[in-house]
Amino acid sequence: MKILVPVKRVVDYNVKVRVKSDQTAVDIANVKMSMNPFDEIAVEEAVRLKEKGVATEIVAISCGTMACQETLRTALALGADRAILVDTGETDLQPLAVAHLLHALVAREQPQLVILGKQAIDDDANQTGQMLAALAGMPQATFASSVTVHGAEVHVTREVDGGLETLALTLPAVVTTDLRLNEPRYVTLPNIMKAKKKPLDVLSPADLGVDPAPHLKTLKVVEPPRRGAGIQVPDVSTLVDKLRNEAKVIA
Amino acid sequence: MTALVIAEHDNASLRVATLNAVACASACAAQVHILIVGHTCAAAAAAAAQVAGVAEVFLADAPHLAEHLAENVAAQALALIRAGHYSHVVAPATASGKNVAPRIAALLGVAQVSDATRVLSPDTFERPIYAGNAVATVQSSDPIVVLTARTTAFDPAPAAGGAATVTALEPVSDFGRARFVGREVSKNDRPELGAAKTVVSGGRGMGSAENFHLLEPLADRLGAAMGASRAAVDAGYAPNDWQVGQTGKIVAPQLYVAVGISGAIQHLAGMKDSKVIVAINKDSEAPIFGVADYGLVGDLFVAVPELTASL
Repeated sequence: MKILVPVKRVVDYNVKVRVKSDQTAVDIANVKMSMNPFDEIAVEEAVRLKEKGVATEIVAISCGTMACQETLRTALALGADRAILVDTGETDLQPLAVAHLLHALVAREQPQLVILGKQAIDDDANQTGQMLAALAGMPQATFASSVTVHGAEVHVTREVDGGLETLALTLPAVVTTDLRLNEPRYVTLPNIMKAKKKPLDVLSPADLGVDPAPHLKTLKVVEPPRRGAGIQVPDVSTLVDKLRNEAKVIA
Repeated sequence: MTALVIAEHDNASLRVATLNAVACASACAAQVHILIVGHTCAAAAAAAAQVAGVAEVFLADAPHLAEHLAENVAAQALALIRAGHYSHVVAPATASGKNVAPRIAALLGVAQVSDATRVLSPDTFERPIYAGNAVATVQSSDPIVVLTARTTAFDPAPAAGGAATVTALEPVSDFGRARFVGREVSKNDRPELGAAKTVVSGGRGMGSAENFHLLEPLADRLGAAMGASRAAVDAGYAPNDWQVGQTGKIVAPQLYVAVGISGAIQHLAGMKDSKVIVAINKDSEAPIFGVADYGLVGDLFVAVPELTASL
């Protein structure tokens, strides 16, 4: 079975972003970029399904600028077989547009499973997987902590409020990953070399018949209100006194 | 203008998050309706009808809706939205709301505003991005705005005082390709993490899952919910649904006690709007002290039992 894994190029997890002085966006010039961590978990899960003999082909997809080739090469080095970049140039790409692009690719590639991250750590939207499932008329299992394929079904355990929930979806289906699904492997140098020879196709939104124009206009981006540091207390009894008599948050 | 709130409920009662969503909806539109989708959930609908400021409640009750599968809830919402004149669709930004709302938005062909923290006008909202390190003001150009409301940003609408009519809807047919298999509910007598007035959280500094139990008597004394940093969850010290942070729960209690938590930006994103923050950590340079109202530098294994005993 074929698995599609959409991946997003985002500001690295460890970078603390700054807002541009003109308040139009966060400053991402000269900042380290990486694959969205949840998408890395998605690639890893697809590779494990292939290693188990469940999956036969893994296609990594990214939508964005040509720089996303780098992210796709990482996916290929992790074990994806080929990659597709949808070059959207400098368009302000939003989840609905990405879902439409992915929907067009699903129609082309006819995968049995689409696995992607539950949210990207830049826009924190948590929408693309659900939107893709809705557009493609597929069942969805978000926030997955376990994925097993049983014949024509995929069983997914989901992280929900108050515990876990297990769903059985008829394939083809969309799964979004949560943190505990797996721990992605490290990319090795030989695999990076191999990844350079794997096929990477570049398409345009027009090739897929999709208009990626944004529906939301960003009017302003500002720093959040700063929370000032408080005081250090020397011992527990002072702490209790402060909480009781100053902050009045305990009886 | 009318806003439709997609209720989060357990068939018997409304979850508090629904009241937060109603508050957000009231800030968007003059009229608020609530949709309840489930099975044997007349009690939840009756509770929704009592919520202050709600004009109408719609109820879809059928056996195949019992488990609130996203495919069916979205289809039910869509049937109602297409028959009505809604300007907004609002769900709480919880695991359940996040699961359903984007399906509704996609089927309507509109964008979703995720995790709205402020309604500036009916089409303009504030929302945090980059783990709360920036706040974006976004304006929608769509005829219907679908949004999820960050629960900690909207004070819950009063649960009583309303007198809405309840209208039963024809249930949509089952999507058919998603089946509920089972649920493992973590047993917990503590308040719900997202709505608790006090939260006691542990981090990697706890050292082990066994040591994490040290926080329980403290949480008991304070009547607190328990939370954890991602590092503690990753290390297996605490369950995933305790995770506070960018990709876990967002909390804003009256009192947040961070024990053995260094304070990575992803964690701060989930708790920095708490009213009072207490940090206990042996590293005086830990970033958590940069947001804490009261910081105690010291050995948590000494300080926590001492604190528990003095409450």
